[in-house]
Amino acid sequence: MSERPFDAEAYVAAMTPTLALAVREEWRAPVTAHVAAIAAAADLILSFSLSDEAEPAPVFEP
Amino acid sequence: MSDEIAGLAAYEIAEAVRARKLSAREVAEAAIGRIEAGNARLGAFTDKTYQRALAEADAVDDAIADGEAPPLAGVTYAVKNLFDVEGVTTRAGSKINRDNPPAGNDATLIRKMAVGGAVILGALNMGEYAYDFTGENAHDGPSHNPHDPGRMSGGSSGGSGTAVAAGMAAVSLGSDTNGSIRVPASFCGLFGLKPTYGRLSRAGTFPFCASLDHLGPLARSARDLALVFDALQGADPADPAQAQQPPIAALRELDKGIDGLRIAIADDYFRRNGMPEAFDAVDTIAAALGVSATVTLPEAARARASAYIITAAEAATLHARRIRTRAADFDADVRDRLIAGAMIPAAWVIQAQRVRAWFREAMREIFRKVDVILAPATPFHALPAGTRTITLDGVTMPARPNIGIFTQPISFIGLPVVAVPVWLPGAALPIGVQVIAPAWREDLALRVAWHLERAGVVHAPVAELVAA
Repeated sequence: MSERPFDAEAYVAAMTPTLALAVREEWRAPVTAHVAAIAAAADLILSFSLSDEAEPAPVFEP
Repeated sequence: MSDEIAGLAAYEIAEAVRARKLSAREVAEAAIGRIEAGNARLGAFTDKTYQRALAEADAVDDAIADGEAPPLAGVTYAVKNLFDVEGVTTRAGSKINRDNPPAGNDATLIRKMAVGGAVILGALNMGEYAYDFTGENAHDGPSHNPHDPGRMSGGSSGGSGTAVAAGMAAVSLGSDTNGSIRVPASFCGLFGLKPTYGRLSRAGTFPFCASLDHLGPLARSARDLALVFDALQGADPADPAQAQQPPIAALRELDKGIDGLRIAIADDYFRRNGMPEAFDAVDTIAAALGVSATVTLPEAARARASAYIITAAEAATLHARRIRTRAADFDADVRDRLIAGAMIPAAWVIQAQRVRAWFREAMREIFRKVDVILAPATPFHALPAGTRTITLDGVTMPARPNIGIFTQPISFIGLPVVAVPVWLPGAALPIGVQVIAPAWREDLALRVAWHLERAGVVHAPVAELVAA
């Protein structure tokens, strides 16, 4: 799906200060591994062709 | 004698107590004796409510003396510690939540158990905030597998598996978001029911991922699951996700057997990435049912990927404040996943919810042709405690997330499942098979499970207690 492979390390480095998350140095590697796993899952579903009419599952009843 | 009582199924207890062959107090005292003998070694209970249990038992005995016949008369049970139990702090497996005051009221399902005449023994160990498949807890220690205490109970309803397999309670209540009832049922050799999403009220329980959270029972008989499920149903405005569906009477349907049911074995995704025992267990069940038809659940890997993303994003949102203010107080494994989840772009989550709607439709189509689907519950027997990686089909991967590889696509669209326990010839440990039914047809899965149990193909023996 992605033209350029997702760079989990760069993503975590950018998002940590952007979202003001406190990530200690020793947490960075496991957090990055989890982000990489989530990105791999996302790649699988973003590459799945759905019609424009395919709505998300939850229905809100006012 | 007390160990014999503690080994009775819930339906046997209820019948004996109603017939006044046993008192509810005797049953409660037998369970308490079993907990006191085994809990220090097995780590099932985090909170004990013996005083309440004995008071409830006495009230049941009085009611029966007055001519009443409660359906769950004297049935002993305990709940995953994310259920509110009046007077007990709902820790949800965490260190952080034990700073909260004790719950002021019982969760809805506990109130229903009490109305039915059941007797609550306490609250059970679980993986932190239910983000877990192992039953290991960084703060309370692991809940051990009673059939081999060196192995995992499975999670996140780990104590719920341990307590019932060890004969400390006849029934437990757990929660299942991606497999957290079905995994401990598989590892501990129990029957577990994950009802249809939206069937049972979740009010008064600590959430994990609102889109996917379910509650349900674990027991040593499929008949107990039906008995308890019937007692737990009913509309509750306090759970906004509860569906407007009429209750069913599962127990009444149980003896209808499997005649006329179209049953098929899930292939493709559900025949890969497992150890031989996972598929041997499915084949054992299929052979006993005379089933050879197969069915392909389309895009199961994408279904699982979607559930994984929705879980990570919703859990990160739920815990956003705690992850900012008390990150170091989390179990490290949970904390790192919550931080990662906080970084998920919205488009990934919304796409996952679009896949969910697509997969629901695809499965509705499949259920026009079949009534029940068989699939493995876990890819292997209970793992040794502390296992970090596993090798499946030649690929080494992290053990923890992959324990739920077969459960996750099914709960993703809320289908009802009964996990049934198989003991393969010569195996020292059990392993579960998922009996999957269409939405709102828990009765079909329960009928198949009860048929298998009566035929002796599946069973859930009480483990012998090993001294601490």
